[in-house]
Amino acid sequence: MPIVELKVWRGGDDGEYQTFHVEYDEGEVILDVVHRLQSTQAQDLAVRWNCKAGKCGSCSAEVNGKPSLMCMTRMINFTSGDVIAISPMKTFPLIKDLVTDVAWNYENARKVPHFKPKERDADGKHRMMQIDIERGQEFHQCIECYLCQNVCHVIRDHPENKENFVGPRFFIQMAQVNMHPLESVSQKPDALEGYGLDYCNITKCCTDVCPAGIKITDNAIIPLKERLIDDKFDPLRWLGRKIKIGNSK
Amino acid sequence: MKVINKNQFIITYFNLYGVKLVTQSTQEESLLNRYGKTLRTDRWWFEPLLVGIGLFLFIMYSTVSAAILGNYWSYEIGPYLSPFFEPLFYTDVIPKWVSPAIFILWAPLSFRMTCYYYRRAYYRSYFLSPPACAVREPANSYAGESTVPLIVQNIHRFAMYGALIFVPILWNGAIRSFYWEGEIGIGVGSLILTLNAFLLSGYTLGCHSFRHLVGGGLNSFTGSKYQVIRKKVWDMVSSLNAHHKKWAWSSLIIVGFSDLYVHMVAAEWIVDFNTWGSFF
Ligand code: SF4
Ligand code: SF4
Ligand code: FES
Ligand code: FES
Repeated sequence: MPIVELKVWRGGDDGEYQTFHVEYDEGEVILDVVHRLQSTQAQDLAVRWNCKAGKCGSCSAEVNGKPSLMCMTRMINFTSGDVIAISPMKTFPLIKDLVTDVAWNYENARKVPHFKPKERDADGKHRMMQIDIERGQEFHQCIECYLCQNVCHVIRDHPENKENFVGPRFFIQMAQVNMHPLESVSQKPDALEGYGLDYCNITKCCTDVCPAGIKITDNAIIPLKERLIDDKFDPLRWLGRKIKIGNSK
Repeated sequence: MKVINKNQFIITYFNLYGVKLVTQSTQEESLLNRYGKTLRTDRWWFEPLLVGIGLFLFIMYSTVSAAILGNYWSYEIGPYLSPFFEPLFYTDVIPKWVSPAIFILWAPLSFRMTCYYYRRAYYRSYFLSPPACAVREPANSYAGESTVPLIVQNIHRFAMYGALIFVPILWNGAIRSFYWEGEIGIGVGSLILTLNAFLLSGYTLGCHSFRHLVGGGLNSFTGSKYQVIRKKVWDMVSSLNAHHKKWAWSSLIIVGFSDLYVHMVAAEWIVDFNTWGSFF
């Protein structure tokens, strides 16, 4: 079997990269090789995983500096003798080895506006059409791997922004709620303010790394920025709202 | 031949900006130990570099051609008018050294400067914010577009209204280029100007703000007949918008080339193949 040289981060913040030589097969993924490492040379290696199918979002890490799912990074892209650095996600506090504490994301999940449906129709029913919810369904593909949160330079390189910025994963959640045909949230004037939309400079790294292929920037962030501009910066819209013409959502 | 080592190259690229890549806090330092500026081993610097050079060349060329040389380098020949000068503002009141292009160029300029795609491009290439994904941003603090000066980017939709006016104006120029001294005809220049109008339309109509305007701001596409129509338009704009980057680059390159082409024909550096014969 061919062999690669793995440089894996071991320990907590004061840890270091350790080098291992591990056999692999062309048909495998990085996670297989990490498992082989764990069973043959480093039994105490901490690594999170569940489905090995790119669906649970547990195995997020950085492979040669690229935020990726270990179970979706194929060994066929490497050749025998290659050096592969495997690091934990940078943006979240490190627990041990490849495992980070992603609790900050759960806090943001509570912080962003949640779906509150409008009044029911007179017959007591809620009605919506498929065509109206298609946009939001793209965002249902999210597997909560938090790779987008990890790569976003707003918090990756400037941790002090974590207080004012919920991150791309939660921008898609906000978009899902804000664009829903039955929601009542977007009617509130501050529905989009205070979550850090204006910190995003649309450089699209979140879209680039998303394993679910969600067009985070084009279909969630920019449309939300435009909606925020409607509310905040557009005098024509402001006038329209005063005299009650224009977009009725 | 001297081979430039990649790391050396990266460091030079950063040093151009006089940027120190070292940060102060110990937490940050331990992160730098773990990840360096980046652990990426691919050619992540290539795209921002290429984009940076491309934008620089265009800005240089258009400044020289449209703003500085202006009337000293003829921009009109036969039925062809350079798109930098369309529509032509010309009165005797303006001194010769003032280029007629500067009365109109602010519109496409502000549109492109605040375009969501170009913002991404120059934030990455010039502001290095970030230079590429998972590559350490050199700046020590960051507030994005939430404060002055970048908060100004929010005017993009108004720049878009201005740019929409230019779509029919450039089509008008393209159609005019098929008509010379009472005779309908066709030349290489007419084809180039038509291609230019086409690409500019694809770029402008695929704008994110336009997409929002035509239907993106709605939550329901089924409430009324009017909303059903808006959904159809929104779908069309969305399909252009998905390739906005390609439209942005192709229209940028062709508008520069159209201008150069007209100049070259007017200066008799090259001959325009057409059905009218010589323009001279
Ligand atoms: S596009 Fe915005 S949210 Fe996404 S990674 Fe870039 S700055 Fe962060
Ligand atoms: S949006 Fe994509 S990258 Fe972000 S958490 Fe969801 S699946 Fe992961
Ligand atoms: S193990 Fe489930 S996504 Fe990788
Ligand atoms: S022109 Fe690019 S987003 Fe508007």
